[in-house]
Amino acid sequence: MLTFNLLVVISLAYVAFLFTIAFAAERRAARGQDAWLRSPLIYTLSLSIYCTAWTFYGAVGYAARSGLEYLTIYLGPTIVVIGWWWVVRKLVRIGRAQRITSVADLISSRFGKSTALGVLVTLIAVVAATPYIALQLQSVTLSFAVFADGTGTSWGEGELNAAALAVAAGLVLFTILFGTRNLDANERHHGVVMAIAAEAVIKLCALVTVGIFVVWGIAGGPAQTLALIDASPISAWTQSGSRWVGLTFVSGAAFLCLPRMFQVLVVENSDERHLATASWAFPLYLMVMSLFVVPIAVVGLNLMPAGSNPDLFVLTVPLSQGHEGLAVFSFLGGFSSATSMVIVATIALSTMVSNHIVVPLWLSSQRQGAMMSGDVRAVVLLSRRLSIAGVLGLGYVYYRLSGGGTALAAIGLISFTGAVQILPAMLGGLFWRGATRWGAAAGLTLGFAVWAWSLFLPSFGAGAVIPADVLAHGPWGIGWLRPQAMFGIVGMDPVVHAVFWSMLVNAGAFFVGSVLTFPTPMERLQGAQFVNVFEHSTGTRAWAQSAAEAEDLLIMSQRILGPSEAQAIFQREAARQGKVGYLPDVTPGFVDLLERELAGSVGAATAHAMIGQLIEGASVSVEDLIRVADEAAQILEYSNRLEAKSAEQDRTARALRDANEKLTALSIQKDAFLSQISHELRTPMTSIRSFSEILRDGGMEAVDQEKYAGIIHAEALRLTRLLDDLLDLSVLENGQVTLNVETGSLRDLIDRAVSAAGLRADGIRIARRKSDEAVPLTTDLDRLTQVFINLIANAQKYCTAAQPELRIVVQRSAGGTTVDFIDNGAGIEARSQQVIFEKFSRLADHGKAGGAGLGLAICREIMARLGGTIAYLPGQGGAAFRVTLPKAEALAAE
Amino acid sequence: MGKRVLLIEDEPNIIEAISFILSRDGWTVHTHANGETANDRVRATPPDVVILDVMLPGKSGFDILRDLRADAATVQLPVLMLTARGQTRDRDEAMRLGANRFMTKPFSNAEVLEAVRALARPMTET
Repeated sequence: MLTFNLLVVISLAYVAFLFTIAFAAERRAARGQDAWLRSPLIYTLSLSIYCTAWTFYGAVGYAARSGLEYLTIYLGPTIVVIGWWWVVRKLVRIGRAQRITSVADLISSRFGKSTALGVLVTLIAVVAATPYIALQLQSVTLSFAVFADGTGTSWGEGELNAAALAVAAGLVLFTILFGTRNLDANERHHGVVMAIAAEAVIKLCALVTVGIFVVWGIAGGPAQTLALIDASPISAWTQSGSRWVGLTFVSGAAFLCLPRMFQVLVVENSDERHLATASWAFPLYLMVMSLFVVPIAVVGLNLMPAGSNPDLFVLTVPLSQGHEGLAVFSFLGGFSSATSMVIVATIALSTMVSNHIVVPLWLSSQRQGAMMSGDVRAVVLLSRRLSIAGVLGLGYVYYRLSGGGTALAAIGLISFTGAVQILPAMLGGLFWRGATRWGAAAGLTLGFAVWAWSLFLPSFGAGAVIPADVLAHGPWGIGWLRPQAMFGIVGMDPVVHAVFWSMLVNAGAFFVGSVLTFPTPMERLQGAQFVNVFEHSTGTRAWAQSAAEAEDLLIMSQRILGPSEAQAIFQREAARQGKVGYLPDVTPGFVDLLERELAGSVGAATAHAMIGQLIEGASVSVEDLIRVADEAAQILEYSNRLEAKSAEQDRTARALRDANEKLTALSIQKDAFLSQISHELRTPMTSIRSFSEILRDGGMEAVDQEKYAGIIHAEALRLTRLLDDLLDLSVLENGQVTLNVETGSLRDLIDRAVSAAGLRADGIRIARRKSDEAVPLTTDLDRLTQVFINLIANAQKYCTAAQPELRIVVQRSAGGTTVDFIDNGAGIEARSQQVIFEKFSRLADHGKAGGAGLGLAICREIMARLGGTIAYLPGQGGAAFRVTLPKAEALAAE
Repeated sequence: MGKRVLLIEDEPNIIEAISFILSRDGWTVHTHANGETANDRVRATPPDVVILDVMLPGKSGFDILRDLRADAATVQLPVLMLTARGQTRDRDEAMRLGANRFMTKPFSNAEVLEAVRALARPMTET
């Protein structure tokens, strides 16, 4: 018999295997090779986290206890993906357009980015998910116990609890390692999705294998199996119509509302078209998953001794036949179902808790411009990790309180009904512009209260939370408040009863509350964007012209998104505005875009608050918003043709205007360039001519003679240098340059540049991390060195710090290798950042510089020839330049 | 004490050269390298002749000249303009603004000396 320890080792090895998959997927994604990670197949498989341990173990138990009713759990989602695909598509579209991070974020964002609603939905989701997570803990614990029993050491309650605690702790660790290693701006987790896709395959194979074994191995073929089914009590079960309708509704609604389903369905979705595949492939998966449930249940009932737990037939039936290997496979299937659900659910819930509760609290505790100081990312990551532990902790507590003995399906339905409370606010928000936050709050609160009272609290058992007396006669003897017979309806199935009343009260309150209150301007705006998401291609603007500095916004974004992501966004926007290499203008459109990007990391409400803190006095007035909303509505009424035509005309006019401006600018530039060259050449020549005349006159002291000859010499050198630079630039600009491509190492190259830059002993200090510089390069090494020398020499010349220091930072990413040169001086003011790469753009103070102001222009041309870029990097404190090495070189370096 | 020349120029070597030529000829040479404060300097210690460069940090020689001519105290002050840009447009601009002489760099020493002497002369005669 398989030892229990071996099983633990197998589980750990399996976890390690999942890690490897996740890790490999993330590495591929980081390298940009993620096409297959974003395939419809992976998307569909990831949806299968709908099938948890409840489905894997519980469905068989469900069938053994209640006949075909287990099918409702598959029927609901099937109806939703096939019949309601347009709802799902709308959800996905809104999720992408608004950068929604969770179901709480969706509701909060829809109702005017309301913080309170975000908190409310988060609380509901956490409480509703608790029994569900307990269910997974229970099933994994029980499956361990089955193997422990087999070795003759039957587990008591103590061992079960210890095992559940160990499983919970393991899952906390697992989820933290998986889901919070980094903060993704899109809140997408390639690694996790890949791992759960793998788990989806394993659990399906496991269940199908057990099914095949049962049908052909034990029963002796399909015909005999059908005969067995006919003879079993399952076929004799009479089905309750109300339960069928109720459960189908609940499972379909839960498919949309469960935080983990929302995570895979909407947040992790990378392409709307994947829905088309999922709409047939996912029901197919569910069908195969449910195919062998009844045979396994029937054979299990026949084979196993009376009183054995039908939830565990999938394990105990193979074990009883001596097929340990199959049982272990089946165990891994169940383990997969449980772990994948817990990982995604806790990631989704921790995102909600952190974005809607912890971060807003932290922000309000740091009144003084919180986003400008402190590391928001660190706080967000920490709060997510703690939330993961908290959510699993709650699951464990529920497991202990509920005694761990309840049927899996019964626990699952409690969770489903709780999560479904979000449905009215979600659908109302999607399709009804008149819905308001007060309506949503009222519906959510009352629906949640009815659910808690009629289903959740009684689930702890009579007398555990609600005294038995109250359960039987109602609080204070008020009969119509009896938890399981509310409003005097007696004899209804408890689950159907809870679904019926909670949804009725919820939807009613939502409707009445919305009709009675008026939406705020922000709600109207968001409402229009949500309801008309397919018509709005551009989106409306929530920010009026702003007074914020681009640099402040960049600093804040860097704290949340990380430097590279934030800079990429700013550079893209700058390029779009035609200001490559500089900070973009703070247009309302850009602020809007930035807010959505930030919302991807910290949620809509928080992102709105943070931007609002920076853009003082720029938040929109009521009139502004109404005007915007009205404009948006009017635009819809224009015909597409008209719109396209006027856009076309605008484009042409703009192109003409741009061309004209460019021509004028060019001719002005040419004049200015000539007069600059003239100035730069004539100045040294003036000294040379004048002093040579003085020397020719003679009659002066030897010391003076020597001095003047020295000046002539120095000025002649300056003239030569200038001519060299001019020629260099002209050759580079005309593209006549031949590159001398060689292979070398970035470290050697920086070494060479540092020693060639002619640093004084008391001059600037160079700080490097040579371990990062081990990057092989294939490019024109001399030209690249020339660029580096220029940057180092500039830092030496212009850095004004008391103890000047230049940091050279090398970073490698999917996009290539970047080398940053960051000094600790005063930096370059925003106005000047726009001109430093232009010819002769030396910034004031002629004497000190000693160059003609061609250095950076040459650097720019060289980088362009090498296929890379050089740009000023704002927001780094001192002056900072980023050299991006050509991508081809980065690839060659792999 | 000889006559005073104020040289408004920012290139150290050119300052040195012009100072040498004029001192040798018996002039007292003051120098000023900043465009922004040049007008204040002229007003504080009015020289007999001003030599004014066009490209200066802070304020261009043209703007300085315009302000000199707008001030009753300096409207007659002889000004020799120097420029390294050497375009006829600059010459026209300098003359329009009221420069007495205009010279393009590089100049010959004798030329400068002659110009400064000539500019100082009418003032001493009247």
